[in-house]
Amino acid sequence: MHLILFLIFGGVCVAGAVNLLLQHHPIDSALSLVVVMGALAAEYLLLGAEFVAAVQVIVYAGAIMVLFVFVIMLLNAGEEARSGGSRVAWIFGVPGMLIGSVLMAWVLLKHSGNSHVEVGALPGSPQAIGWLLFHDYLLPFEVTSILVLIAIMGAVVLAGHAQSPTRAIEKKEG
Amino acid sequence: MVPLSYYLILSGILFACGVTGFLIKRNLITIFMSIELMLNGVNLSFVAFAAQWHALSGQIFVFFVMVVAAAEAAVGLAIIIAVYRTRETLNVDQVDLLKL
Amino acid sequence: MSVGLFILVSVIKIALVFFILLTAVAYTVWLERKVVGHMQNRWGPTRVGPFGLLQPAADGVKFLFKEDLTPPHVHKTLYIAAPMIAVVFALTSIAVIPFGNWVSISDTIYTPLQITDVNIGLLIILGLTSLGVYGIALSGWSSNNKYSLLGGLRASAQMISYEIALGLSLVGVLILSGSFSLREIVQAQSGHFWGIIPKWNIFYGGQFVAFFIYLMAAYAETNRIPFDLPEAETELVAGYHTEYSAMKFAMFFMAEYANMITVGCLATILFLGGWNGPIFGPYIVQVLLPVFYFVAKVFAFLFIYIWVRGTLPRFRYDQLMAFGWKFLLPLSIANLVVTALVVALKS
Repeated sequence: MHLILFLIFGGVCVAGAVNLLLQHHPIDSALSLVVVMGALAAEYLLLGAEFVAAVQVIVYAGAIMVLFVFVIMLLNAGEEARSGGSRVAWIFGVPGMLIGSVLMAWVLLKHSGNSHVEVGALPGSPQAIGWLLFHDYLLPFEVTSILVLIAIMGAVVLAGHAQSPTRAIEKKEG
Repeated sequence: MVPLSYYLILSGILFACGVTGFLIKRNLITIFMSIELMLNGVNLSFVAFAAQWHALSGQIFVFFVMVVAAAEAAVGLAIIIAVYRTRETLNVDQVDLLKL
Repeated sequence: MSVGLFILVSVIKIALVFFILLTAVAYTVWLERKVVGHMQNRWGPTRVGPFGLLQPAADGVKFLFKEDLTPPHVHKTLYIAAPMIAVVFALTSIAVIPFGNWVSISDTIYTPLQITDVNIGLLIILGLTSLGVYGIALSGWSSNNKYSLLGGLRASAQMISYEIALGLSLVGVLILSGSFSLREIVQAQSGHFWGIIPKWNIFYGGQFVAFFIYLMAAYAETNRIPFDLPEAETELVAGYHTEYSAMKFAMFFMAEYANMITVGCLATILFLGGWNGPIFGPYIVQVLLPVFYFVAKVFAFLFIYIWVRGTLPRFRYDQLMAFGWKFLLPLSIANLVVTALVVALKS
């Protein structure tokens, strides 16, 4: 039963990831990525990480991807164009990645031994995670909050300038 | 009862798809999304290892990865908007000179 | 309970709750038209059935028979999927909302009056609210119409800005109850203090500021007056649902009212004590009385919603965003700090 659920959600993840590569318009790729994140949240639930699954849906799928979708809609750049560089990347990149992942899968299956994971193996309740976060990992927590503050300031400064520096200089001289 | 290697293989496949997208795509935003896909693959292996070794720190690290991904997405998208405003294109093949 | 019996009871619960929710959505529309009509010194719907009670049925039939247009240059897949996304995420939130206590129907069936009791019920509702933004953003963009795009972007930006104040206002309740499970939050509010005043979070827990923040954020999340600029007819034609007709428009409509009901149920559970109230009488009355108190409280909350809709003008968009970021967010953080301090000093 665990295996069936894992395979279903794993299949949805891989299908979404491959669809991201195959779509031409960025909005379709963005929505495939949202599907991947939703399926990953289900996988986290299978592993018992309930709080991480909820945060994945709220933060990753519900805020970061909304930001991506916003920018794609605002810029409205249209479909992707093919070029010489992308054809070379297709010819070398895709088989290379396929070979690499097959190799990695073979190594993992051969050397994994007998380690199994049960359903809900480690119940990551909010209380337990909160305890760890505020006792053992307090310093990284505070540092990441400062990181987010710096990111907010950076984003506001970058997106606020409506003119490029060269145009501003030309306006001054002219 | 699912073997741990199955979770790691799924995480590796997601990471490989992210790298492939980073190499073959030409739109700046799609390249950025492939980076997010790579980060998600890494999150899955963190949670899988946390479940196997019964160590909750794996799930704590997933939080930090998510926070860093959020900060990176915010600043990166602001840079993409600035690039689009000056160069009128999102195609990486055409954003190859420092001078406009 | 055996697995088969559990599945049967769950399916019956899902069907019952779903049917009741859809009827409640339809009759909330009727209630709004009646109440706003009486506030504006007119009758509201009176012709279809006694007191206009069959008006929702007539509206449903009208929506089914209207011509379902698809404009030529829209992004077909997203155009059809966006209202479905909006309505699915709006209706799914009812799955974790508890209506009453555990009941035992016969010797073998002992089940809670809730579709499923999850440890992280509150987070699931917040997650579904976050995902509901996609329906609006995608409908605005796929319509290939500048008014729809602007309306969709404004509505989504408003919704994600007020989600923060909404979430932070709930953390005070979480500190008081110690759990994300909605059933345990209600059970922490049972009992009375000073004899007769019930121990609801809004009185005993001191969460009246949080209730005010939650109310404001809920108006903004559900795109209702005074925060309904993105769908006001005088501003943006009809905003993100300009190009939609018939059943797809009905789905957006249903999604908005289902969101209202979800927000009302959540406010009842978190601040107004859920299904707690004086219980008396034979067993069947004891089972139904909590449900009646719950529905009465949700109805009172919805009445306040509709009352505000009939009374206030709407905010301008920059006033709206300034209110969310510069007033509600610091106020909710201050509420969180004060609640945490009081709880820490008490124990």
